[in-house]
Amino acid sequence: MTCSEFLALLDDLIDDTVTPEVRAGLQLRLRGCDHCEVTLSTTRKTIEIYRSHEIYDLPAGLRERLHAAIMARCKKGC
Amino acid sequence: MNEAAAPRIFSQPTPMATIQPIAGENEQHPDVALVDRVRGGDVSAYDTLVRKYDRQIFRIAQHITQNREDAEDVMQDAFLKAYEKLGQFQGNSKFYTWLVRIAVNESLMRLRKRRTGRMVSIDEDIETEEGSVPRDLADWSPDPEQNYGQAELAEILRKTIQGLPQGFRIVFVLRDVEGLSTEETAETLGLSIPAVKSRLLRARLQLRERLSRYFRRKKGDEK
Repeated sequence: MTCSEFLALLDDLIDDTVTPEVRAGLQLRLRGCDHCEVTLSTTRKTIEIYRSHEIYDLPAGLRERLHAAIMARCKKGC
Repeated sequence: MNEAAAPRIFSQPTPMATIQPIAGENEQHPDVALVDRVRGGDVSAYDTLVRKYDRQIFRIAQHITQNREDAEDVMQDAFLKAYEKLGQFQGNSKFYTWLVRIAVNESLMRLRKRRTGRMVSIDEDIETEEGSVPRDLADWSPDPEQNYGQAELAEILRKTIQGLPQGFRIVFVLRDVEGLSTEETAETLGLSIPAVKSRLLRARLQLRERLSRYFRRKKGDEK
């Protein structure tokens, strides 16, 4: 397996949609290629960091104001 | 690398993980009962739906419009439009997926207004050539987030994702941040599943490369 072939299966590996046979091949590649290992670990970290950090916060005051405006319109039939 | 030693992703509950799992074949998604109550005239049930999904809709709108005021307007308009059109909701998809589709369309319309009527699509800025093997292959420090304060890290994450082409950014946000499946993302954006997969891979790799500028292990750090 080459780096390009590994890359083509990277998302399937991250999303855990590979067959056991393909996974075994990918693990073999990871043991022998630092580039592929770093690509996998840092891509996983990229996803994790965006999932776990609220970069666009909706402050409580704004949330309540928007919520009140939405529900007032709905009660009037929009 | 030993697979057993690899860091596992999504191993801890996160503040983003608020989306209900897809109900099984014989299991009704809790939103179905709420939608039925709204259709029956119970406005308070809609109140519950708004509170359940308002943060996600606001985030998606902000990611697309990249403007706070626009995101506020999109959030209001999306919930109002969904309320008005609830009779047209077929129930073939989840209420949340249907709502996200409305919010994405409202966000793109808002962008078009800002750009004086020029058409805006999710294909904007997409490059056609295939992605290649990543260039920057430096490993990251063991816990790169610890090198930054919360506000500084949030700014890095915002700047980095804002630099992605829109068509990649929306796919990444829906799929990886908001937790839609590949199929739901494709349905929401009107894309094929292979197109979603291709864009997701390139979005993940581009973000990874851009974040490496901040998170790469400094020379002399122990592995």
